[in-house]
Amino acid sequence: MSKRYTIRDAITENRIFLNRIVFLFAFVLLLIAGLIVRLIYLQIEGYEHYTSLSTENRVKISSIPPIRGGIYDRKGRVLAENLPTYNLEILPDKITNKGKDKEKLDDTLTRLQVLLNIPNEKIAEFHKQRKRHKPFIPTPFLSNLTEEEMAKFAVMRPFFPGVEIKVRLTRYYPYDLLTAHVVGYVGRINKKELKSLPEQEYRGTHYIGKVGIEQSYETQLHGKAGYTEEETNAQGRSVNTLKEVESKSGANLHLTLDIDLQKIAYDALEGFNGAVVAIEVKTGNVLAFASRPSFNPNLFVNGISYKAYEALRDSPDRPLFNRALRGQYPPGSTVKPFMGLAGLKYKVITARKSTPCRGFYQVPKDKHRFRDWKHWGHGATNLNKAITQSCDVYFYDLAFQLGINRMYDFMTQFGFNQKTGLDLKGEKKGLFPSREWKKKHKKKMWYPGDSVITGIGQGFSLATPIQLAKATATLANYGQPITPHLVDSLVESNITKPLALETEKKIPLDKNNIEIVIAAMVNVVHGRGGTAGRISKGISYKIAGKTGTAQVFTVKQHETYNQHKLNKKLHDHALFVSFAPASDPQIAVSVIVEHGGHGGSVAAPIAGKVIRSFLNDSNGMDTINDSR
Amino acid sequence: MIPANNHQKIKSSFIQDLLNKLHIDIPLFLVLLVCSLISFVILYSASGQNSATLLKQLVRIGFAFILMIGLAHVNPERFKLYSVFLYSAGILALIAVLLVGDIGKGAQRWLNLGLFRFQPSEMIKITTPMMVAWYLADSHSSLNWKQLAIASGLILLPTLLIARQPDLGTSILVAGSGAAVLFFAGLSWRFMALIGGLLGGFAPIFWFYLIKPYQKTRVLTLFNPEADPHGKGYHIIQSKIAIGSGGFSGKGWTESSQAQLHYLPESSTDFIFAVFAEEFGLLGCLVLLFLYILIIGRGLYIAVQAKNTYSRLLASSLTFTFFVYVFVNIGMVIGILPVVGVPLPLISYGGTSMVTLLGSFGILMSIHTHKKFLTQ
Repeated sequence: MSKRYTIRDAITENRIFLNRIVFLFAFVLLLIAGLIVRLIYLQIEGYEHYTSLSTENRVKISSIPPIRGGIYDRKGRVLAENLPTYNLEILPDKITNKGKDKEKLDDTLTRLQVLLNIPNEKIAEFHKQRKRHKPFIPTPFLSNLTEEEMAKFAVMRPFFPGVEIKVRLTRYYPYDLLTAHVVGYVGRINKKELKSLPEQEYRGTHYIGKVGIEQSYETQLHGKAGYTEEETNAQGRSVNTLKEVESKSGANLHLTLDIDLQKIAYDALEGFNGAVVAIEVKTGNVLAFASRPSFNPNLFVNGISYKAYEALRDSPDRPLFNRALRGQYPPGSTVKPFMGLAGLKYKVITARKSTPCRGFYQVPKDKHRFRDWKHWGHGATNLNKAITQSCDVYFYDLAFQLGINRMYDFMTQFGFNQKTGLDLKGEKKGLFPSREWKKKHKKKMWYPGDSVITGIGQGFSLATPIQLAKATATLANYGQPITPHLVDSLVESNITKPLALETEKKIPLDKNNIEIVIAAMVNVVHGRGGTAGRISKGISYKIAGKTGTAQVFTVKQHETYNQHKLNKKLHDHALFVSFAPASDPQIAVSVIVEHGGHGGSVAAPIAGKVIRSFLNDSNGMDTINDSR
Repeated sequence: MIPANNHQKIKSSFIQDLLNKLHIDIPLFLVLLVCSLISFVILYSASGQNSATLLKQLVRIGFAFILMIGLAHVNPERFKLYSVFLYSAGILALIAVLLVGDIGKGAQRWLNLGLFRFQPSEMIKITTPMMVAWYLADSHSSLNWKQLAIASGLILLPTLLIARQPDLGTSILVAGSGAAVLFFAGLSWRFMALIGGLLGGFAPIFWFYLIKPYQKTRVLTLFNPEADPHGKGYHIIQSKIAIGSGGFSGKGWTESSQAQLHYLPESSTDFIFAVFAEEFGLLGCLVLLFLYILIIGRGLYIAVQAKNTYSRLLASSLTFTFFVYVFVNIGMVIGILPVVGVPLPLISYGGTSMVTLLGSFGILMSIHTHKKFLTQ
């Protein structure tokens, strides 16, 4: 190898090397530029995205459930409250020194078992629960501790580090059966409800109102959930609290209900299935709202056993059925005062004019006989007598002359065929038929005979007890309808907010006509031959009322109705609507007794008890003690 | 004026003399010092203000700096002389590891020498380019097939031994450092294209038969980390969250929530760049990358200035290896490369890589400072 070549090679080599170095350095800069581009993408473009992910990572939001508002009656007596229950909880982390010595946990459990006489299943249940909880989260061990258990544990507490008594609030209804159909109950939130609830608000809540006031006023009773923002590490352990927003307790509800009157109404129904609704005429305040049979709402709070639920659900008396709100019955003769008013208004009848009653009615040119309940008839009958004695023939004729259109227009003003607007969910609207309705639902035209039986509240007509109470109160109010309501006021952070009363349009009625009808209704109770005469004894004021007997079973033509021969299921429903005092109406009461027979003998006395109790009470003559 | 000027000249040449005697390359030394400082700062935060960790790192860095200065005093001719011996010793140690090595994190990488544990693959990162440089140093013409084949064998032997451990990251670094020597030695572009093509063709075989399933999933995870957010994708997801949430100016020192709350795994070691990016933001990252560019630039400058082939090949290759370190680690942490166990050079907690790196900078300094004596 000559020197010349070596030099030239060296020069070539140098040149190549330098080229390579420059190339490499450019390559390095290019790749580093690539890194920078990626960093800009992550840190500038993705800044917000990754910041929120970072926050999500480290901040755990836990909800502070609000305390549910209480429910009180009109005199401040507790109808629904939150009672503390005492539960034993175990924090495994504290016992086992972060999972190091497991025997210590077993030792603690064995000692607890001896101390409190705990069955083995509970221990097994605890071990199952423990797997679901992180070791630094308290695991429930025993719930609903008795006083004795609490005392036993309290003495030995120092020997049980990591075991604690925790207080939980459980809904409780002190009047159980009495208020089940008004106040309702709360129960555990189910999956379906969970979907429709605002998640934020219900994150820490176990209960939700299922029926009654608890359901209808869920939003107000629930309150507003608070929350804590805690910084957590990768294991989910809280490191420190960043923010705490306190929860706001739900509003306390003060009902218009009077628990004493409720008890009287409920007790008066003893032995029957039925409902009693009492409302204050001037305000629409619901004073009593009883449906019998009832059930114990407390059973539902922490989940009712399937067997117990099955028994309630399948009972032939249907205790879960809210008859006062959802029971739809043929109103029967209780519609007669309203029909009379309609007749007077449309001048189809006058107060004096009599109609002969021979025990049956026939539509002109028709052979069909519409019978009167009195086989031999009432004879010459005017409006007063027709209402007092509940003459059917008089109202058959009246209805025939009025026709269904006028009847429908008039009756719906009193709230038939529509919801009353009571502040409870699930109300039924009853039914008052019309030509359109029949065509739509029965696919048949309206016959004059349909009008005839509608005139005595039979046929297609259906009404709920609350509807009848509202209609009666409207009549007592001289045509001013009132919207019945159960909640009087909300008390939220010591501020009372009365609920606005809804005003409805006054029905244009002639005062004289109303007085004629009311006088006839007073006669029902106080007059000679009145169908509810037995409740008039020993009262200083007048009660206006109307009995009703709704047919469950249609007696065939040329047959007579014999109560004793019939199965009780086929007995007529007994109804009674009333208000008192007639001169200055305060309370309106509707009563329905399923298969009770005659309104006058069964339903009227129940209303009588409620009216007497209320009027005596409000006059300060006979105060009923707290019946708790 | 003239005497004063002279005086200054004399003074500066005196300092120059002193530094030359110490064999320290000042620019490189200063940047390395700054990087070590950054390492302390970020380790303090990433370790959760653990002073024991800091103390350990201090001891390691101290040892590594001493080693660096020690190596800087060695004449590069010596390195050339010992190349074959050191390379052979490294290969033997690798074989020993495979036979009797300790197992750490599922891979055999450590050799327990009684007093301390030793990771031969680290040493190989320096000795392989030394060996290849030694082999190619005396060939003045362009590389022929035979030379290429022998050089490739010299590179592949340690690469495959390390890959067997298995330690994919280190084997890539070793292969890269060896290949870099070939590149700087003037391997023709045509050859490189050929090798590139061969590797491309070999890749499917490599993928389906040679690499372990966990390595495969790492690569797959890179493309879709969200597929397994709590398992294999966790590292990348958490690391991206840390970097992204750092934003332009960062959350501030010790404010890395991802690391402090232990969301980010390996926050002091392989993923320390994520903590750095979270606390100091894009700005901090740019500063760090700039420091790295300074180091690489200085290394390449030293290589260009080197007076013989061996020195320039070794210097350039070691510099390139340093860059591969930087790129592979940051690329992995920011989610553009698969997760392989490569620490962030000069910053990550850990002794071995620090020692190897500063050792190689010692060699660079030796190359740079000894050549002057020769020329004078």
